[in-house]
Amino acid sequence: MPSLKDLRNRIASVKATQKITKAMKMVAAAKLRRAQEAAEAARPYAERMDQVLANIAVAFEGRDDAPKLMSGTGRDQVHLLIVATAERGLCGGFNSSIAKLARERARSLIAQGKEVKILCVGKKGFDAIKREFGKLVLRTIELRGVKSIGYANAAEIADLVLSMYDKGEFDVCTLLYAEFKSVISQVPTAQQIIPAKLPERKVSGDAAQVYEYEPDEAEILTDLLPRNIAVQIFRALLENAASEQGARMSAMDNATRNAGDMIKKLTLRYNRQRQAQITKELIEIISGAEAL
Amino acid sequence: MAQPFQFELVSPERLLLSEKVLEVTVPGSEGEFGVLKDHSPFMSTVRPGLLKVRKDGGQIVEFFVRGGFADVNGSGLTVLAEQAIPVSELKGDMLAQQVKDAEEDVADARDDATRHKAETLLSQLREIQAALKAA
Repeated sequence: MPSLKDLRNRIASVKATQKITKAMKMVAAAKLRRAQEAAEAARPYAERMDQVLANIAVAFEGRDDAPKLMSGTGRDQVHLLIVATAERGLCGGFNSSIAKLARERARSLIAQGKEVKILCVGKKGFDAIKREFGKLVLRTIELRGVKSIGYANAAEIADLVLSMYDKGEFDVCTLLYAEFKSVISQVPTAQQIIPAKLPERKVSGDAAQVYEYEPDEAEILTDLLPRNIAVQIFRALLENAASEQGARMSAMDNATRNAGDMIKKLTLRYNRQRQAQITKELIEIISGAEAL
Repeated sequence: MAQPFQFELVSPERLLLSEKVLEVTVPGSEGEFGVLKDHSPFMSTVRPGLLKVRKDGGQIVEFFVRGGFADVNGSGLTVLAEQAIPVSELKGDMLAQQVKDAEEDVADARDDATRHKAETLLSQLREIQAALKAA
């Protein structure tokens, strides 16, 4: 049975922990708001990009000379998985759920006899999958020093991926990240970016219009598709950043609540023990006096 | 009198402008072009340069844009720029930095195609720099 002093120390330590988790929750909440704003600000660009792509892709439907980024290499032997996770832990199941999805994917692809290559964005993802698939990880891109993710970060990753694609190092590229639904729900998602999955073209009044292109369609499309990859990666990174903060916020909220419960229990025990000790001392004094 | 139409300028990081304007001059990759209301559907890539917007009230706003697309359709003009900065926020050293990067790219280029691309970019950037200095 712990002594009163032990209990006191224990309570003090749990209280200190609670203070930390509470502070982390506040920080995550502030960061979440910023991350959400960034994700929302990026949305119009991605949407317009989709529209423009859909418009222009129609011109290429069924043609053999469509760019490789759109039609693929004609094989699906080598798969590249881009696993985007956080740089830091203490955010609940965020990192592990993405890593789990990545491992499942890799396993099923290997079972089908495909070759898998992995590109990690964020240190935590690499930590989680290195034991099983460490040999398949080509590179880990750390964004640790980056305060807020800029388009340049995404463009850099896209450049890397595209140069690999040009060299024929993979056939299909899938991006794994957590989609931000709400503070309590982040859904790990796998999205294929190469060959590009184009949105269905909305048939509207515009459909009948004939576009004039400058330079021609082929050139615009070859310029547009690599940009689209960068945009998709950028969007995924922003979603991920928001998800991470959301996950951390709810994890820290839980931790704070648990610490509170623990403090309550420990305090109750402390008081009981203190009373028991006083009673014991009183009995000793009384029985001592009676014996005289 | 020019009629107002819907214009949007979007960069990956934010929506810079979305409002009714009278006229927009876009630095297209094959030459500048002006857009007024009811322009025929048209799509063009954008070269680094200055995008001029004449707003509904008549005042003129300029943006530095780099890389992207202009899409004119029935609902108006949308410019998707990889980078778009209002000229009032543009600082001289930022452009100087980009010129320096472009110079390095030219020096680093391994084959003719990339060198040609880098050189074009460099000359375009220098042009803007000169234009801004003159203004």
